[in-house]
Amino acid sequence: MGGTIAGEAPVRAGDLAAIGGSPWAIARRRLLRNRIAMTMLGVLVVIVVLCLAAPFYAKHVAHSDPFHSNLDGKTIVKGKSVSVMQESSTGLGLGVTPIGPTWDLHHYFLGADDQGRDVAARLLYGGRNSLLIGVAAALLTCIVATVVGLVAGFFGGVVDGVLSRLLDVVWAFPVYLLAISLSTVLIARGFSWGPFHLESGSLLLPIAIIGVVYIPYVARPIRGEVLSLRRKEFVEAAIGLGASTWRLLWSDILRNVITTVIVFFPLVLAIDMLTEAALSFLSIGVQPPDASWGTIILDGQGLLYTRPAVALAPGLAIAITVLSLNVLGDGIRDALDPRAKLRRID
Amino acid sequence: MSRVGKFAILGALVVLAVSAGTTGAARQDHRGGTLKLLAKAAGGTLDPQVNYTLQYWQLYQAAYDGLLAFTKAGGEAAFTVVPDLAESLPQPTNGGKTWVFKLRKGIKFSNGQPVTVNDVVASLRRIFKVKSPTSGGFYSGIVGAKACLAKPAGCTLKGGVSADAKKNTVTINLVAPDPELKYKLAVPHATILPANSPTSDAGTKPLPGTGAYYFASYNPNKQLVMKRNPYFKQWSKAAQPAGYPDQITQSFGLTVEAQITAIENGQADWTLEAPPADRLNEMGTKYASQTHVETLTAFWYAPMNTNLAPFNNVKARQAVNFAIDRNALVKIFGGPKLAAPSCQVLPPGFPGHVDYCPYTKNPGATWSAPDVAKAKQLVKASGTAGQKVAVVSQDDEVNKAVAVYLQSVLNQIGYKASVKPMSANLFFTYAQNTKNKVQINVQQWYQDYPAASDFLNILFGCDSFHPGSDSSINIAGFCDKKIDAQMKHALRTALEDEPAANKEWAKIDKQVTDAAPMATLFTPKHIDFVSKRVGNFTFSKQFYWLVSQSWVQ
Repeated sequence: MGGTIAGEAPVRAGDLAAIGGSPWAIARRRLLRNRIAMTMLGVLVVIVVLCLAAPFYAKHVAHSDPFHSNLDGKTIVKGKSVSVMQESSTGLGLGVTPIGPTWDLHHYFLGADDQGRDVAARLLYGGRNSLLIGVAAALLTCIVATVVGLVAGFFGGVVDGVLSRLLDVVWAFPVYLLAISLSTVLIARGFSWGPFHLESGSLLLPIAIIGVVYIPYVARPIRGEVLSLRRKEFVEAAIGLGASTWRLLWSDILRNVITTVIVFFPLVLAIDMLTEAALSFLSIGVQPPDASWGTIILDGQGLLYTRPAVALAPGLAIAITVLSLNVLGDGIRDALDPRAKLRRID
Repeated sequence: MSRVGKFAILGALVVLAVSAGTTGAARQDHRGGTLKLLAKAAGGTLDPQVNYTLQYWQLYQAAYDGLLAFTKAGGEAAFTVVPDLAESLPQPTNGGKTWVFKLRKGIKFSNGQPVTVNDVVASLRRIFKVKSPTSGGFYSGIVGAKACLAKPAGCTLKGGVSADAKKNTVTINLVAPDPELKYKLAVPHATILPANSPTSDAGTKPLPGTGAYYFASYNPNKQLVMKRNPYFKQWSKAAQPAGYPDQITQSFGLTVEAQITAIENGQADWTLEAPPADRLNEMGTKYASQTHVETLTAFWYAPMNTNLAPFNNVKARQAVNFAIDRNALVKIFGGPKLAAPSCQVLPPGFPGHVDYCPYTKNPGATWSAPDVAKAKQLVKASGTAGQKVAVVSQDDEVNKAVAVYLQSVLNQIGYKASVKPMSANLFFTYAQNTKNKVQINVQQWYQDYPAASDFLNILFGCDSFHPGSDSSINIAGFCDKKIDAQMKHALRTALEDEPAANKEWAKIDKQVTDAAPMATLFTPKHIDFVSKRVGNFTFSKQFYWLVSQSWVQ
């Protein structure tokens, strides 16, 4: 027997039998069947693995220190020793240009930046930081937003009023303006509050800043969903049976909104990575000599004319990663959305 | 002489006269248009007695006058001091301690107000009232200056500066003879302003001047505009020549890359900034005729705060000097055609310069290679290893690249270094103020006048160190009483025996270099990249490109 949702065709019994299992197992199967999402997940895994291998690549393959200037260094191109920074010999003889991509994994694969550092090695190290900041900030956003959304939506009244107004205050600022303002102040001076102290160059600062500015964007929809769930029959039934507040929140509400949080996570991660790149490009994110994809684009800005690869490589890395996350996020949403499931069965 | 010869001479004279006339007319034809200059950021205050940046000193040449001026001419002729608002360059009397200047008549400020001796007296007092960065370094030798330095607001320079309205003269009395006074009166800090000018930094409010142009408007976030001074009549071509463009603008905000592109496309005429490394090759090949490379008496250096850890330890400062690869820095600046490694304060070819480099692999006359092992030893011996160091610099491409390089070097020898780039608009005064606790920063020094004291006494003399002030050009806070006494002795020696004084300055240069209040990075050459339409490019060794002497039509 199949159920009917208003305006939608009935689900056939055979289909439901085919679906079977727990909702999570169904979602996993649906996600695995989504070839585009799986391809993008594969791309993401490759990027993450490559970035995690940065120290190995720098030390054992490229034999370079991506955090130390190498302006007077030499490298090998087609068997010949050449300067990493090449002096001009034409015209007035002005200018020094970093070596371009050699496409040799052992010797400046993507060329050098304006400090004579290996761009490929920095790209991998930069990816580690960009991903770390993105993931940590997205976790921070989702966790805090979930707690705030649950508490505000469930308790309502004054609690909801206070929390909602707080979210409104953060929401009132354009997100980039807020992030830039916070970063400009905190990156220069660090952050000290009671026992908490963050150094001015600490990666925790961009994580905290990016994590905080996006909280309202996730907390609002979660609060709305909790408000809706709070009036559902199964919640009222649980209340009638004397379930504790904690049990209601944990077993009845959170379990029903967690899919929303999961759908949000890759999308927030993508936005966080873009924000990190923007802040680092403005010199108020990751601080040198550490790298992120944003700082490498900044380094490459001064070389766009002669060595565009320095800026293009991290730009491409960001684009591919964000695209992958967005497509994967869509795939997860399709997999977890029961209405989409029913529509699909139809 | 034959008749044919006479006719030939006559004919030649006619041709010369006609050509001279046409040249003059042609030069007149070049008058007009707007000369469009570009800079990444504004240069701070527009007050000529406070601002100490090449960015505006270059523009002041066409807008302000002192009693004396450096000749507005190309090459080394620019080092010659000529009378400007004064009728003549006087010979000092009273054993070199008294200078009497007779003021020219009929000169007006750009607001129509006539220039009087009272304006001169008020302007000299104002140097102290506005706490000019060189008030202690340049003008402390005037009688009464000590009291003015102690209490600037009530400065009268009693007994030091007086005016005689009837004779139209101004008398300056010095505590001791000063052979460099003529230079000091020719720089913008000794500009003559109306007596009713504000007695504090005028900031963004343009002050009237006597030059061929006046500052019509100044918005540090957007643009600075200079227009022809309607009251200007040329009184001395050498001191203050009339200019060609009707208007000169300096716009702020574009990146250096965008500025270069704008000049290549003819949308702008010149950039203040050092061109980024990746554009130099193109400029030197495709736009070689628009690229002017000139030698300079200047140096890039990294002052280290001698009163703040870790650089209050001489071994730590010397370690930085040993570790720096000057060749690497030369590459950042654009290669050996644009810069040369250096270890000492006085640049090559400058009075008192004798090659000296103790901070190299084989110490001697010139730099050969860094000695990182020695640097690490010194850091260890200093007990400062592991300390945090922030390298402060301007945020343009070249300065920032130098700062990042220094950060790399500092990390290499055992410190935990970070980089703090900031807008040029703020940087210069920020670095000078001890309240900001700047440990090490990236600076450039271009001569004010051709004398060794302008580098050594100004940058490392005790009189140039003013804790807590934005005008403390001795950024390292270096004050060695013994060396300071030697500087004062050399200044006295210069009165009678300049070569002997230069020998003294050479010794002082060595001592300052050994004490390492700074790490000298390199001596630069200067690049001016102009648009195709800019004609009559004239480079003065004193104040660089004479902006108003170029035409755009």
